[in-house]
Amino acid sequence: MLRYVLRRLLTAIPTLFVIVTISFFLIRVAPGGPFNQEKGLNPVIKANLERQFGLDLPLWKQYLNYLGNLLHGDFGPSYNLPDFTVGELFRTGLPVSIQLGASALVLALAFGTILGIIAALNQNRGGDYAVVATATAGSTIPTFVIAPLFQLFFALTLKWVPVGGWGDGAWVNKIGPVITLMLPQLAIVARLMRGSMIEALRAHHIRTARAMGLSDYSVVVRHAMRGALLPIVSYAGPAAASLLTGSLIVEYIFAIPGVGRYFVDAALNRDYTLVMGTVVVIAIFTLVFNLIVDLLYAVVDPRVRYD
Amino acid sequence: MKHFSFKALLTGAAIMAITATGAFAEVVFNRGNSADPESLDPHKTSTVYEANILRDLFTGLMAQDAKAEVIPGAAESYTVSADGKVYTFKMRANGKWSDGTPVTAHDFVYSWQRLVNKDTAAEYAYMLAPVVNAEAITKGEKKPEELGVKAVDDLTFEVTLNAPTPYFLEMLTHQATYAISKANVEKFGADFIKPGNLVSNGAYMLAEFVPNDHIKAVKNPNFYDAANVQIDTVNYIPTEDRSTAMKRLEAGELDSNDDIPTEQLTELKAKFGDQVRIGPYLGTYYYAFKVDKAPWDNVKLRHAISMAVDRDYLAEKVWQNTMVPAYSFVPPGITGYEAQPTEYAEKTQLDREDEAKKVLAELGYGPDKPLKMEIRYNTSENHKNTAVAIQEQLKPLGIEVSLVNTDTKTHYGLLEQKGDFDIARAGWIADYKDPANFLDLCKTGTGNNYASYSNADYDKLMAEAAKGGDDRMKKLQEAEALGVARDLCVVPLLFYSYHTIVSSKLSGWENNVMDVHPTRFIKKN
Repeated sequence: MLRYVLRRLLTAIPTLFVIVTISFFLIRVAPGGPFNQEKGLNPVIKANLERQFGLDLPLWKQYLNYLGNLLHGDFGPSYNLPDFTVGELFRTGLPVSIQLGASALVLALAFGTILGIIAALNQNRGGDYAVVATATAGSTIPTFVIAPLFQLFFALTLKWVPVGGWGDGAWVNKIGPVITLMLPQLAIVARLMRGSMIEALRAHHIRTARAMGLSDYSVVVRHAMRGALLPIVSYAGPAAASLLTGSLIVEYIFAIPGVGRYFVDAALNRDYTLVMGTVVVIAIFTLVFNLIVDLLYAVVDPRVRYD
Repeated sequence: MKHFSFKALLTGAAIMAITATGAFAEVVFNRGNSADPESLDPHKTSTVYEANILRDLFTGLMAQDAKAEVIPGAAESYTVSADGKVYTFKMRANGKWSDGTPVTAHDFVYSWQRLVNKDTAAEYAYMLAPVVNAEAITKGEKKPEELGVKAVDDLTFEVTLNAPTPYFLEMLTHQATYAISKANVEKFGADFIKPGNLVSNGAYMLAEFVPNDHIKAVKNPNFYDAANVQIDTVNYIPTEDRSTAMKRLEAGELDSNDDIPTEQLTELKAKFGDQVRIGPYLGTYYYAFKVDKAPWDNVKLRHAISMAVDRDYLAEKVWQNTMVPAYSFVPPGITGYEAQPTEYAEKTQLDREDEAKKVLAELGYGPDKPLKMEIRYNTSENHKNTAVAIQEQLKPLGIEVSLVNTDTKTHYGLLEQKGDFDIARAGWIADYKDPANFLDLCKTGTGNNYASYSNADYDKLMAEAAKGGDDRMKKLQEAEALGVARDLCVVPLLFYSYHTIVSSKLSGWENNVMDVHPTRFIKKN
């Protein structure tokens, strides 16, 4: 097991290197640069800026400099927010995104699984239809509709929560963003769980278990659910990586200082270092969560072994 | 960061302790600002979002009052030499930094040398261009010490200009010309702008900066006019999503916002009444023809297209009257200057269209030989709607317009590199109240001269105007009449308006063409 983990972590290094290299050159292909703007800069000033950030060097040299700094954990300065380094932006923003994303993920997994089981046990009856209808709605209504509706109803009409802002992490400020992030995930988890649970309940070993007179609880929770969780585990890995690294729409609408915005803003602003920073962060999250998923397989499914 | 949050916690605890004991009721102003500042270093800023914050944190030699008129700032008075080239500023004897140390002429010498220094790479280094040697220093041809500034003594600051510059005092209200404390920069190096480190000489001082969340500034007890500052704490809250900002204002989470979703103007006016403020702003929305490329080098053709554009429709239907039809480049609102509109400004749209058709026919364009034109614009719902409207307006004249939309960086990257295009969208917001700030854009070789317009007479008029003198405004008017009204170096379409929302709880927020509203003059009930 330990050897497997070590091997996976070692193979992650060349993967990261390839991702960094491709992204570094790809973003440079985009026309324009960080210092193009409505009020154009005079050429002397632009040259001064480019020299200050090392953008006047040949591209291969910039690449080597970037790699060198990256190996020391230095993501470089942000071109468009020079008061902060890319590292500082992530240090303040990532905890915010992780708190919201993790809460949404845990809730979605917990409720989604339960709803999925309820639906499966009541297949083609009222409970099932209710869950399926909710799930379909949850996954089809876009976030940018749910979020403003939530604000209108819970913040402006009922005045239970603030419209937006982080409020230094006060729990009332998190309700809206967490629910908005959670709903689509909840819907997907519930649908996946319903499907795999129906499948599992038809399996031979379940029929055997029932025939042996085991209680309903034991049949469902100890035997059927364990096998049915596998698709959820595979789904949860990539979902976690994307939830924990923030969502642009939720952060914009709820005015949340997370890192989701950087994925889009940085690219549009040609903030090369910030783009690279987000690429590295997402890559690391994705690699780590894929590893966790593979390890969880072994926990959930006794047939999987990594020795 | 640990150190930072601990401090924030302490400040928070202190504030709570004070309010709990009822020692005073803290007045907090939650001020919506469309975006976070790029930097709080006055010499590294470029947008109005920074200007709004820095104006509260710092005070330049000159300041702006609630109506954006120039008033004494860090300098209590000044004298100008007979030839108009030497300004001597008398600094305030009670002028202090927020750490209590005196603000001296040496701080301004240091700061201005820093601004023009090529290693600072200041985007607004040109705000000091009128000062002797400034431009040569930014180019790296001279040393920063050679800048035409001098500390005669601790409280006397002397500036020598290349030529009399009537708008020089106006420029001194711009954030790029603010001073930073030399001692402070030397102590903290590049980190001097961090909360807890930054000292400033304005009505407020920096307490917290959480990117994308808020910037908190508290009243500076060492400010020379602190006695007249009512608001204790200003929170600048970035409001990228304008619809959310309106809801936050309604819920009382914000007291003002510098922008509104103009597409919802009717609903907003119904809901918020005169808390919605719209008025003229010193900025022009224009299109630029690539005038060094056929057929756009033909000035008659340029005018024909300009005439065929129905600006009233654009202002009313596309921009919901948050813009005003424009026929000159320089917007109204600059004292002493009379804008020079194109000759068809006063005609009706029908007359203009007839005239345009005639010109097109003269030039041989018609159903057999349709004119093709490509409009380039940067991503924005309103830029798109404007371009689509113009496309429709030109269609009856047999002009086949195609639209190309790119993101902002691609758009301006192409314009700056003088890439190939027919006509492109651009805009200009004044840095200071002077027509030259607009008209400089049409000078030969200027970076923002996207049209690549070049006319020796125009350049000569602008050079003569730059020398100052009584007939300066007249020269500028002649320049505009020639370059804009006659030659269309830019095609003025619309004048910008400010559109803000200000809670009725606030007073002292005076409407003005610069949309400048220092917090020190604002009061909250």
